[in-house]
Amino acid sequence: MKDMSPIDRPLLQVAGLSKYYGARIGCEAVGFELWPGEVMGIVGESGSGKTTLLNCLAGQLAPDAGQVLFDLDGIATDTVTMSEPERRRLARTDWAFVHQHAADGLRMNVSAGGNVGERLMAIGARRYGDIRTQALDWLGRVEISGDRIDDRPTAFSGGMRQRLQIARNLVTGPRLVFMDEPTGGLDVSVQARLLDLMRGLVREMGLSAIIVTHDLAVVRLLADRLMVMKDGQVVETGLTDQVLDDPQHGYTQLLVSSVLQV
Amino acid sequence: MIQIENLSKTFTLHNQGSAVIPVIRGAELQVAPGECIALTGASGAGKSTLMRMIYGNYLAASGRIMVGDVDVVAADPRAILTLRRYTLGYVSQFLRVVPRVATRDVVAEPLLATGSDLVAARARAEALLARLNIPQRLWSLSPTTFSGGEQQRVNIARGFAYGYPALLLDEPTASLDAQNRDTVLQMIEEAKARGAAIIGIFHDEAARARLCDREVDVTGFSPEQAA
Repeated sequence: MKDMSPIDRPLLQVAGLSKYYGARIGCEAVGFELWPGEVMGIVGESGSGKTTLLNCLAGQLAPDAGQVLFDLDGIATDTVTMSEPERRRLARTDWAFVHQHAADGLRMNVSAGGNVGERLMAIGARRYGDIRTQALDWLGRVEISGDRIDDRPTAFSGGMRQRLQIARNLVTGPRLVFMDEPTGGLDVSVQARLLDLMRGLVREMGLSAIIVTHDLAVVRLLADRLMVMKDGQVVETGLTDQVLDDPQHGYTQLLVSSVLQV
Repeated sequence: MIQIENLSKTFTLHNQGSAVIPVIRGAELQVAPGECIALTGASGAGKSTLMRMIYGNYLAASGRIMVGDVDVVAADPRAILTLRRYTLGYVSQFLRVVPRVATRDVVAEPLLATGSDLVAARARAEALLARLNIPQRLWSLSPTTFSGGEQQRVNIARGFAYGYPALLLDEPTASLDAQNRDTVLQMIEEAKARGAAIIGIFHDEAARARLCDREVDVTGFSPEQAA
């Protein structure tokens, strides 16, 4: 049985996070809290700073100012100032990062089973039988047939690669998943399947997630809360359906009214 | 259970010359447990707007909306999510679901979200779908391809799966045939009987007469009226 009792403290506390590219703003003075089990969407058009922000949060880019406090056994630990080895260990154990292009998150010349097993070995799994069993289990959970376990991702479709990337990331039971345009570049039918899968996994595993996307339909279905970015600044935050249905900022109003109705 | 005090709402259209449109002013409303009240008023008078504000879907300009012990106007998103999970249900006019999810699971979701186990949640979902005459062969399909009336019944099943202490119903009987309409009215009566506080929009006058203890004309909350 999974533990349904909520942990009464935020998983992530971000304050004053800024990143500059010379004189240009990447993101500026971003602050928010993310609680266990919450999914937050970050939306904005290309160049709004959402990917910069995600990379700063995930320790992939060093911010110029600010704090990213991550809950480690009740101690809010600043991941910006921790040592590189500590940060890497966190990235292998507690965090996961799902890239827009699966090729950036997978090892393309290693089998599907190897891709999933590698994350397990990185946290100390050694018995081949256990690793293969877990890899098979996860391929099943992301709806990849077990008889593809020895195939390389180069032989997979875009949607399958993305599902494999998710399996590789979630096999170690992370607490926080960063996703950068996870459904970008996929057919809509494949997107729907992926959305359904991600929603199920988030609920079953009690994951928290931060999803960057420009697709408002994706955040409406996946995210509890929304942050809208423009020119590196957060212009609006709130409950996802509230921000989309009753946007307060002019930019959000423009963004919402620009979506084609189907 | 639901108490609204001096509530007002304006829309500011930043991309249309920053036009400020006041839509509600000085709204007052109380609904006790076991009570059903109907919002009335002409189309555009603000019935759905008021309902969406209670659900936290629209932001208020000022005032208070107490649902249980939570003030929706001042609550942070996390508190509203918790309120929606355990306390406040909303049956909207349109079903909005993740494509590809089976109807049975769409209906079971509010139960899973409140900690029911999968088997019990699915059994409850199936009982509701059967009661609302959704053919069993459709339960494993996504409702996105269903007819309007079927989607509405799925939406109602989902809204009634968990026993919320407070319920918002936006035209729950609008596109239903006589038999299904009667089933839905019975379900609303049962919710009242177990003590749910209900606010509904019903264009169906007979339904209103059968269910509602009071009617509140939202025209009285329009800014022109109050000015």
